[in-house]
Amino acid sequence: MVEVARFAVERVEILRPDGTLAAPLPAWAEQPDELIRLYRGMVLTRTYDTKAVNLQRTGRLGTVASSLGQEAVAVGTAAAMRPEDVLLPSFREQGAMFWRGVRIEELLAFWGGDERGSNWAEAREDFPICVPVGSHAPHAAGVACAFRLRHEPRVAVCVLGDGATSKGEVYEAWNLAGVWRLPMVTVVNNNQWAISVPRSAQTAAETLAQKAIACGMPGVQVDGNDVIAVREVVGRAIERARSGEGPSLVEAVTYRLSDHTTADDARRYRDDAEVSTHWKEEPVARLRSLLVARGLWGKEREEALVAGCNREVERAVEAYLARSPAPASDMIDHVFASVPEPLAPQREAILRRAAARAAGAEGAAR
Amino acid sequence: MSSMTLVEAVRAALARALEEDPTVLLLGEDVGRDGGVFRATERLFERFGPERVLDTPLSEALFTGLAVGLGAQGFRPVVEFQFDGFMYPALDQLLNHAGRLRARTRGRLSCPIVLRAPYGGGIRAPEHHSESPEGLFAAIPGVRTVIPSSPARAYGLLLAAIRDPDPVVFLEPKRIYRAVREELEDDGRALPLDRAFVLREGRDLTIVAWGALVREVLEAADRLAEEGARAEIVDPATLAPLDAATILASVAKTGRCLIVHEAPRGHGPGAEIAAILAEEGLFSLLAPVARVTGFDAPTPLPRLEGVFLPAEVDILEAAHRLLAHR
Repeated sequence: MVEVARFAVERVEILRPDGTLAAPLPAWAEQPDELIRLYRGMVLTRTYDTKAVNLQRTGRLGTVASSLGQEAVAVGTAAAMRPEDVLLPSFREQGAMFWRGVRIEELLAFWGGDERGSNWAEAREDFPICVPVGSHAPHAAGVACAFRLRHEPRVAVCVLGDGATSKGEVYEAWNLAGVWRLPMVTVVNNNQWAISVPRSAQTAAETLAQKAIACGMPGVQVDGNDVIAVREVVGRAIERARSGEGPSLVEAVTYRLSDHTTADDARRYRDDAEVSTHWKEEPVARLRSLLVARGLWGKEREEALVAGCNREVERAVEAYLARSPAPASDMIDHVFASVPEPLAPQREAILRRAAARAAGAEGAAR
Repeated sequence: MSSMTLVEAVRAALARALEEDPTVLLLGEDVGRDGGVFRATERLFERFGPERVLDTPLSEALFTGLAVGLGAQGFRPVVEFQFDGFMYPALDQLLNHAGRLRARTRGRLSCPIVLRAPYGGGIRAPEHHSESPEGLFAAIPGVRTVIPSSPARAYGLLLAAIRDPDPVVFLEPKRIYRAVREELEDDGRALPLDRAFVLREGRDLTIVAWGALVREVLEAADRLAEEGARAEIVDPATLAPLDAATILASVAKTGRCLIVHEAPRGHGPGAEIAAILAEEGLFSLLAPVARVTGFDAPTPLPRLEGVFLPAEVDILEAAHRLLAHR
């Protein structure tokens, strides 16, 4: 027998769950401001998630996916990106989207049922939330291919979940990225649960990171509850891609502390005891422990930060609730660059039906 | 002016588009050195190079999604599928992304892509190589489905499709790729999308047809003319969004309508046209709307294909039935 290939998968851990260091901090993380920015990003995300779930429970928002416990994956990833890079998120990357300039009000509008929420003012080239699982991976390859063809030092960053790694299109995109050496980085947010299906039922592979090997690209695992490690490992992958060395995959191992979405009840399929265990590893308290140990943080700063995040989210909620409704014709006005002549009668019909609905509602109110 | 077959007209339009717009790219399997299985991209790799003409790995879902990403970044990828029957993996990307990226971002991102494929039967090809899936694509909001029926329309409509800022499925009738030649000027002039073409004027009967079957329909119209009946031939060319106005105007004049397509009958494109006539043209009809179509069966292998595909005799028979209504 001749051995023709061999591989190993590394796992990077820097910050332990108790906030002590398992490895030396990267140089950038020695800057207190950098750590505090990451901390703020995660706290803001958690504040938003809590508020969004409450809004849904009180009927003021549609179904929404919380990222509770996974804030480090999104925030660490976005912090590793440059503004000119392009993010292709799944539906649990609010921490990354806010970091890149998407306004909380805009994301609320989307989950509140208004497409205008995806026409955000910043990060204009970033892709909208992708709901059909993993179907955005080929788009990331396309965006990366565009950068390559224009010789631009930019990177496409695709975030998807553990469930998405079972999809053919995800493999197909990685395979292409490998063979064309595209500047594409995939972050797999392995939160252990694809709704009710656990990671163990998703694949027999020991890690998701090793799926990269078959595509001819590096795959590395990182402690996804350690925002410093995520920022560092994703950052290395991005800079590698930027310098023309090709794609890579980062499997961020974390845990979904929340239900899948507000339409899900995770108690139907997983034990509270399991969830409690993982609460001990969550990313926000972990980074706070480090900040406190380093003398960078205390009760006053914490209170000020929480109050600031609450104010920011509250203001966004007010703005979201005060938004004027979109005209009904919006649903057809943006299907094509301009409404094709054959569809003009349908546009008229939409307006007539909308007017009738409004009149009906007015009549009912009287 | 030069004499071109339909596939040569396709190639001329692709070359013209690559020449005039640096954001136009060709993608697909074997579109590079091989020049495509039908030679539609022959010598374009040599002429425009590997950054404009890209051979992809063998995955239709992938290269459709790849085109979505490229399109959102301002490129105009033209994707070649080798055969109609291999397009179905692209449906997810078309339905969930290409057809709605503009709408779901309210215009922030768009998808100026073209998906080209040879389509239709009649070349005695293997399984999955003779399908007419235009009805599936025509049912997707946000996607145009365009089918040329002559070299000149292939040239002009393909240029229009590539220049259009939204996704277009462009189905090329492979049976007539090399069957006819037409004099045409490679002058970069596009033909309008969303507009039906009246290929022949008549007053007794409207026949709506597209793709390869337009040939049989024109021949049937010649026979009818010998019998003293003048058929008006309407080729929608863009099946969706459909130029119903032209069809309705024609039927208002003739009072009779026959729809001819290879695609399966049930929920087929002919059903949409017949429904529009029932809704908006009923009182001008002298006879029930008739359809000559493929059947609601998987496209048969070549030995039974001749029965599945509408032929001139079927068109004539249906036309005679319609003309019998006074």
